[in-house]
Amino acid sequence: MPGFCYFPHTEEDIREMLRKIGVDSLDDLNADIPADFVYKGEYDLPDALSEQQVREFFEGLAAKNTTLKVFAGAGAYDHYTPSVIPYITSRSEFLTAYTPYQCEISQGTLRYIFEFQSLVCSLTGLDVANASMYDGPTAAAEAMRMCVASARKKNTVLLSAGLLPNVRKVVETYAKYSGINLEYIALKDCRTSLDSLKALLESGDVAGAIVPGINRLGIIEDLSGFADALHGAGALLAEYCDPSALAVLKTPAEWGADIAVGDAQTLGIPLCYGGPYVGFMACTQAHMRKLPGRIVGEARDSQGRRCFVLTLQAREQHIRREKATSNICSNQSLMALWVTVYLSLMGPQGMKEVNDLSYAGAHYLYDRLLETGKFRKVSDAPFLKEFALEPLVDAKALQNVLCEAGFFGALLTEEGYVTFCVTEKRTKEEIDAMIDVIKEVRE
Amino acid sequence: MKYYDKLIFELSRKGRCGYSLPEQQFPGVTGALPAELLREKPALLPEVSEVDVVRHYTNLSQMNFGVDTGFYPLGSCTMKYNPKINEEIAAMPAFGGLHPLQPECTLEGVKEIYDAMEKSLAAITGMKHFTFKPCAGAHGELTGLMIMREYHMRRGDTARVKVIVPDSAHGTNPASAAVCGLQIVVVKSKEDGLVDVEDLKPLLGPDVAGIMMTNPNTLGLFERDIKQIAALVHEAGGLLYYDGANMNPLLGVARPGDMGFDIMHLNLHKTFSTPHGGGGPGSGPVGVCDKLGDIVKSLQTSAFNGNFGVILRAYAYILMLGRQNIKMAGKLATLNANYIKESLKDAYKLPIESVCKHEFVFDGLINDGGTEEKHGATTLDVAKRLLDYGYHAPTIYFPLLFHQAMMIEPTETESKETLDAFIDVMHKIAAEAAEDPAILQEAPHNAPITRPDETAAARKPILKYQDEALQS
Repeated sequence: MPGFCYFPHTEEDIREMLRKIGVDSLDDLNADIPADFVYKGEYDLPDALSEQQVREFFEGLAAKNTTLKVFAGAGAYDHYTPSVIPYITSRSEFLTAYTPYQCEISQGTLRYIFEFQSLVCSLTGLDVANASMYDGPTAAAEAMRMCVASARKKNTVLLSAGLLPNVRKVVETYAKYSGINLEYIALKDCRTSLDSLKALLESGDVAGAIVPGINRLGIIEDLSGFADALHGAGALLAEYCDPSALAVLKTPAEWGADIAVGDAQTLGIPLCYGGPYVGFMACTQAHMRKLPGRIVGEARDSQGRRCFVLTLQAREQHIRREKATSNICSNQSLMALWVTVYLSLMGPQGMKEVNDLSYAGAHYLYDRLLETGKFRKVSDAPFLKEFALEPLVDAKALQNVLCEAGFFGALLTEEGYVTFCVTEKRTKEEIDAMIDVIKEVRE
Repeated sequence: MKYYDKLIFELSRKGRCGYSLPEQQFPGVTGALPAELLREKPALLPEVSEVDVVRHYTNLSQMNFGVDTGFYPLGSCTMKYNPKINEEIAAMPAFGGLHPLQPECTLEGVKEIYDAMEKSLAAITGMKHFTFKPCAGAHGELTGLMIMREYHMRRGDTARVKVIVPDSAHGTNPASAAVCGLQIVVVKSKEDGLVDVEDLKPLLGPDVAGIMMTNPNTLGLFERDIKQIAALVHEAGGLLYYDGANMNPLLGVARPGDMGFDIMHLNLHKTFSTPHGGGGPGSGPVGVCDKLGDIVKSLQTSAFNGNFGVILRAYAYILMLGRQNIKMAGKLATLNANYIKESLKDAYKLPIESVCKHEFVFDGLINDGGTEEKHGATTLDVAKRLLDYGYHAPTIYFPLLFHQAMMIEPTETESKETLDAFIDVMHKIAAEAAEDPAILQEAPHNAPITRPDETAAARKPILKYQDEALQS
């Protein structure tokens, strides 16, 4: 047997170990597997490569993709990643650890999760946050389940038609198999309509509503009156929000929301073709015991020192099995660390600058696009970094022309609008260059 | 490892900063967001310098134990070595900058990776089609059960609302089934730890959607009656779900698809060497047999196309393994587990005497040192004492079939020397328990902290940082 760098066994080791066990061969250890099921053929896999060959293989594959200047959002945003972050998250003590089951040798993980929870509470204004979710859309699905679990006997959850398509799709998938009824709150003038919400509440079966803080057209929602209307009907308000924008925008708590969910990818996580990202979930004190997932709490050790532990575990699958609040166990812990380091570096001033720069760049692009005469306004409502326009040219052709010139923008919406997004990474020169390309687009 | 007591908030000084952003001018942009849309109370974010951040998190990391720190025999978690080339590949900037909604023509390399992964996993498991959307094992289970339900729904067979789960199953199995709107029916295990086929038979009927099996099961035992179980379940119109948490011993040995399983998930962070990250990001791709191919591709259960960064790592591992090395992977995992089991059964209770696969379960110490006056040492105490000797503890108090369960999984990447040293320490701990269980009961003695008061922490939960001004 030739050596393989991940298997340390020498032939002599194997012989001695088999002797200790009292069998003659490795195959004897699999004698309990019925012979029909022991795979006898050659696996249809590539030949084993050396490390250098693996590196060259992936370099070749990487070269078959095109990295574009990103002027699009729709759930994945191109914010800057400070170099400290990957340096910290690749420390093997964080990277190669399991879920912190043995708290005495996992204080590193437990502390950063506690910090993450604190930061999520701070951004959302809510009382309690969990240790993270898979991503934004699945966090929204958990919010839907939490509404129904809290309401008892009510089985309808309302979704704003302004939620991103992938959020709606995932929530719909979860709802279908959980037997939860979903209904849509209409948009009016590109914003989630309070009148539509009130009309839907008439049914008396509504357990809660999930509404975006910033909708899929980039518009900042005015949620005045939403919480009152829902609470008056015995239902909860869950806000789907961008945590980066929450550094400046009115918080879910200030809107009167009971639950906040979203994707924290906007906090410096690279696009990476859609993952890994990290979802978050926070709620008011009243709903703490219905929150899914891991929660870290402060404790004292037997010598009185401050330490951190997994707590409130009576909600969880390994204790409660089918009666758990969710099936989720561990999820995106290292990405929670990523976000925690990001927010530590940025601080209040950095987060303000990220939003100010994104705002300025997005509004500069918005004005230039209108000047080309190839777009029409769809709304006068305020936006931050993402916005929609009605194209007067063929939208698909526009996206293709941009793509060929090295830009990714003009994402088509279901109304036939196109959206653009500008983060603090985009420069005036890049925007001007893209505008030059758009000017050349013919109808 | 040394105790370090700070939280990042406690390092904060007003006016300090740890970021660097460009000065940018966008001429002609005036105005700002209306005040009624802005937050009134500023967010409590730390104000720290870059070096503060680096030192703080480096200090935190030094209170953590990972696979790179030492042996991690945590049962059912497959804590194998995480190759470094995988990290290099996943960190390549050429992958990091790709937007998930980019036009397909700009993503040919990405498509090739997903296709190659699907083909490789199909070869390894005997399944036909895979989805990579699930972000974790539990997420894969849920997706797999949705596929099971969808299959029955599409056939108009809506009465199938029950799923059978063995009493030895991982806690996620019943939890995932409940989230998927299924009722759980428990099938018992026999004395020998295997599913009781006679107990299963009367449970099967027109209301059963399927069965969830872990094979080898959580006791590390291969379910020898799987052929008969598959035939019975299929005959009753149900489907078989394979919980891939325990796939590692079958890597290069046997394929769930050949055993009659219709749906399965894999944990790329277990079987395919990607790091656990302190609890994620993982990846839980779901594979299905041919007839479920349409359904598996149609379900959107996460934001985009799953954890691409994790899939890259796993494919790098598959390329290193290749068809040559895979043949030894599962066999060596099984060898290591049996070697520990046989070496320690003189000091720890082995409830089921049998060859195991990648893991096995002890039911506590043979001599726990207990007398009429004093309590003996428990499995928890053994686990905590192991930390003193520089090992991670096994999985404890699971499966629920035994009161003092201690589930040990060494994986194939550990050498005989590592196992021998662990065996010595486990014997030493058993001797300490017999002599004076208090040594174990007060352990750990030299970890960064001693045992916490978890009851007090749950009674008055403190779940976020509150500065002194807020507390007063």
